[in-house]
Amino acid sequence: MAYLELDRVAKQFGAQTVVDDFSLSVGKGEFISFLGPSGCGKTTTLQMIAGFLDPTHGAIRLEGKDLTAIHPAKRGLGIVFQSYALFPHMTAAENVAFGLEMRNVPRAERAERVRAALAMVGLAGYEDRHPRRMSGGQQQRVALARALVIKPSVLLLDEPLSNLDAKLREEMQIELRQIQRTIGTTTILVTHDQNEAMSLSDRIVVMSQGKIEQIGTPQETYEKPSSAFVSQFLGKTNDFAATIDRTATPARVTAGSWSAPAPVGLSGPVTVSIRPERIGFGATGLNAKIVTRIFQGNHWLFQCDSECGPAIVIRQNDGERQPAEGEAVHLAWRPEDMSVRSGASA
Amino acid sequence: MSAAAEEPNTRAPWALTAPALMLFVGVLLIPLAMTVMLSFHDWGQYKGIEPVFILKNWHEIATDPYYAEMFWRTFRIAILTTLLTALLGAPEAYILNRMDGRWKSFFLLIILGPLLISVVARTLGWALLFGGNNGLVNKLLMSLGVIRSPIPFMFTETGMVVALAHVMMPFMVLSVWAALQRLNPQIENAAMSLGAGPVTIIRRIIMPQIMPGVLSGAIIVFSLSASAFATPAIIGGRRLKVAATLAYDEFLNTLNWPLGAAVATLLLVALVLIVVGSNALIERRYAEVFR
Ligand SMILES: Nc1ncnc2c1ncn2[C@@H]1O[C@H](COP(=O)(O)OP(=O)(O)O)[C@@H](O)[C@H]1O
Ligand SMILES: [Mg+2]
Repeated sequence: MAYLELDRVAKQFGAQTVVDDFSLSVGKGEFISFLGPSGCGKTTTLQMIAGFLDPTHGAIRLEGKDLTAIHPAKRGLGIVFQSYALFPHMTAAENVAFGLEMRNVPRAERAERVRAALAMVGLAGYEDRHPRRMSGGQQQRVALARALVIKPSVLLLDEPLSNLDAKLREEMQIELRQIQRTIGTTTILVTHDQNEAMSLSDRIVVMSQGKIEQIGTPQETYEKPSSAFVSQFLGKTNDFAATIDRTATPARVTAGSWSAPAPVGLSGPVTVSIRPERIGFGATGLNAKIVTRIFQGNHWLFQCDSECGPAIVIRQNDGERQPAEGEAVHLAWRPEDMSVRSGASA
Repeated sequence: MSAAAEEPNTRAPWALTAPALMLFVGVLLIPLAMTVMLSFHDWGQYKGIEPVFILKNWHEIATDPYYAEMFWRTFRIAILTTLLTALLGAPEAYILNRMDGRWKSFFLLIILGPLLISVVARTLGWALLFGGNNGLVNKLLMSLGVIRSPIPFMFTETGMVVALAHVMMPFMVLSVWAALQRLNPQIENAAMSLGAGPVTIIRRIIMPQIMPGVLSGAIIVFSLSASAFATPAIIGGRRLKVAATLAYDEFLNTLNWPLGAAVATLLLVALVLIVVGSNALIERRYAEVFR
């Protein structure tokens, strides 16, 4: 049974529909990411779960109980804000203790739980620091400890790492994942960073303009994107116009001078989409010319001009000879590495 | 850039600030020094001002209880005015800040609008409403039989505090407003998600953070109220004097300039000490949190 359930939730601000027909069930202990470009309604959805906004339509249930009927102060959810929203006039320990105080936890137990929470996020010894005298990463950890110390039923994180520099962000990602695995709190993370969503989550909810585009594991959404939007948002991809001819036996899919047996299903004009690392240089295939060749340490990045339009190819730097700029090549890939959508590419 | 930093040109800053400096010295420091000097001069009904150095005026202020009472009244009125503006102005700024867009700018205009109107006009309004038997409110209430005699407002300390608080309110609201702008917009949601109710949020989260704004507003209101002239002059007239109206009277009615100068100097010194002292206290108290 679903632990947290959003049932056709919608939110309108005046005439503007910001979230539409949003249905999702989250299992207990699951780590879910809402991934989408800025302004697609991720924060709005999260705030409806938190209770800071009321849904215009739909229901939100936690363990089968209607969550929207409960005041936000009584929902018992842990929330980490993008700006951390720490209480600047309180020390780190006082910040973390606040939620326990509101729950009338006895003083001795409170002190022990605050100490443990700060230790868990690696801030033992920082109890008496004020937030303004801590680095961004440390403030982030205090915010996380403050949200987790109340043992929330669900942890909501709104772009918690976006204010950190790249290196710190990576460290925090790993740490966040470890903490979540250890204590097993059901977690929803909002992010516009596809790497973050992929490296942290059990499942990703890809959103665009208030609607769900796809729900799936990181691998599913990356390898079997259900729409052009998903495939383009989750990393680089090549979209080629192709046709499927079912009159031939066996049926064939053809893009330029590349051709292979067609998968069952679609016919007529289609779009095939292939990740750049799944394309190789072969003896036959799509005719193309290398425009630029960029060395990036562990791999090479090629920008090509193919008969089906511009294409990008990534090859591992495995010591093999790589084609030079201006060289004519053939692009080839295995049929199972591409995803096929009906209609001409956008 | 680096060359300039290594060999700072010491003359340019002086040259550039010279005009402002000259203005400052010419219209503020010199008259101020002259006022202080004046307070040590002698004065007599028939001989006028005598440029000698005596402590007569200071001795009179220090020993005559009339002056002690008058200074005490001045600061009592200023303190009560400050308390009243803080008690009304801080909630007012908070409510204003929570209003949405259009209403916010409308009410902000209503609060700040009076700053464009002369203090004299604003205080005269109170006099028109509560001024003895002819005050509009008094007339109305008396004709309705609610009160028998006019509400005592003119020539009372209460009246002065109310009128001053009205005049000073925008400074308090603006100061608290500025502090509210520095709050994290999600801070109330953060407290709410941890289980805090509205009263707890205001008491534990909002109040401590806007306190520096309230205190700096209080310093402004206090120093302006203690040195206010127009409002005490209209409400208190010559019956209920404060330091500023007394100094004015000595200068322009009694023509005892040296005594007036001593009163003015004492008021200035007392105010500077109070303002600098409380400012230092506030900075020390909030240094940890707000720097
Ligand atoms: N209180 C509000 N009133 C009107 N429009 C809003 C409000 N909050 C958000 N929006 C709009 O809703 C859309 C989605 O916002 P948001 O959920 O914050 O997006 P995201 O978090 O995905 O960047 C945006 O177009 C934003 O302008
Ligand atoms: Mg957002």
